[in-house]
Amino acid sequence: MPDSPASASRSRKFRGMVHINWDRCKGCGFCIEFCPPKVLAFSESYNSHGYHPPYLTNEQGCTGCDLCGLYCPDFAIFGMRVPMETSEAEVAVREG
Amino acid sequence: MSTAPAVQAAINPVEPFLRSDRMPHIWCPGCGIGTTVNCFSRALVDSKLDLDKVAIVSGIGCTGRVAGYLRLDSFHTTHGRAIPFATGLKLANPELTVVVYSGDGDLIAIGGNHFIHAARRNIDLKIICVNNFIYGMTGGQVAPTTPVGATATTTPYGCFERPFNLPFLAESSGAVYVARWTAFHVRHIARSMVEAFNKKGFSFIEIISPCPTLYQRRNKLGDGLDTMKLYKQKSVIKNGANTRDVDIAFGGEIIVGKFVDIERPTLHQTMDQQFRQVLKDRYAGLGGRG
Repeated sequence: MPDSPASASRSRKFRGMVHINWDRCKGCGFCIEFCPPKVLAFSESYNSHGYHPPYLTNEQGCTGCDLCGLYCPDFAIFGMRVPMETSEAEVAVREG
Repeated sequence: MSTAPAVQAAINPVEPFLRSDRMPHIWCPGCGIGTTVNCFSRALVDSKLDLDKVAIVSGIGCTGRVAGYLRLDSFHTTHGRAIPFATGLKLANPELTVVVYSGDGDLIAIGGNHFIHAARRNIDLKIICVNNFIYGMTGGQVAPTTPVGATATTTPYGCFERPFNLPFLAESSGAVYVARWTAFHVRHIARSMVEAFNKKGFSFIEIISPCPTLYQRRNKLGDGLDTMKLYKQKSVIKNGANTRDVDIAFGGEIIVGKFVDIERPTLHQTMDQQFRQVLKDRYAGLGGRG
């Protein structure tokens, strides 16, 4: 199964990336709790509503499985897989 | 000669289905309704339905807001009347996949009668019932799903009425597809929704969801995340379980799974058959749309 997170990280063709819509987050913590590789944590700073959105603690650890996106009740986070050499700047995230 | 870096476009998979101008939504932090909407969006993608032929109907309540937040043909009906509206919609345009997305208070309390009769007729509707055991939007009053012993604003000494067992109610009324999951079981919910979309007949999916502001707080069950962890711990998957045995006791285990998946003629099929038999040539038929 070339699509499964484990084999994706082993073959190193893809890397995981999460995108967080900072101001939509309500800090429920679902993504942090249920992240399979446990690479999300609450950030110390606040968003405009006074919540602590999550941040990625280990960029290499993210498998891009998008389980965070499936759990997030506020549609504020999603995971994706990009080719290994893609940088953050090369991904244009469309919001709204 | 330099080449510009290839830009990869990315968008949250749920975003194409949302009316983004209405975000952020009204649901409380830790509420599970948004999670079920994610599952719904993934199910719509997986089932490859023509989105122009999907209609979503909601009643009143927190879950009733789903129709307003989804960028699909949607209607937010009066309280409890989501199923009657959806019935009319399906009868008038049998090509549509009609989804009723509402809460336990709307579907089972005020809309209870419509629920049992739609199931009895086996009209081809997909019912998604987000059950938080309480009337959320109106302030946490006791609902017909509140477990015995749980506290609500109108039962300060604990609920003493026997609650409905929704899968059993749906099955005994005639539903052909009955499943129950909690908001923790995201992948299962999405899969069940796809199965329900592909099923002809009255399909019912109950999703147990946290209401951290009212139910969880009044019953000292922590916040939304604590409840999700509790669901993980206390839910037992028993596919094909007898729906008689899937009652939810306060603090007890939650039996989840796909309980019923049977075949039975739908309202359109029985209507078509009856009219064909009685009216013969005078009946124009559904034109293959049923």
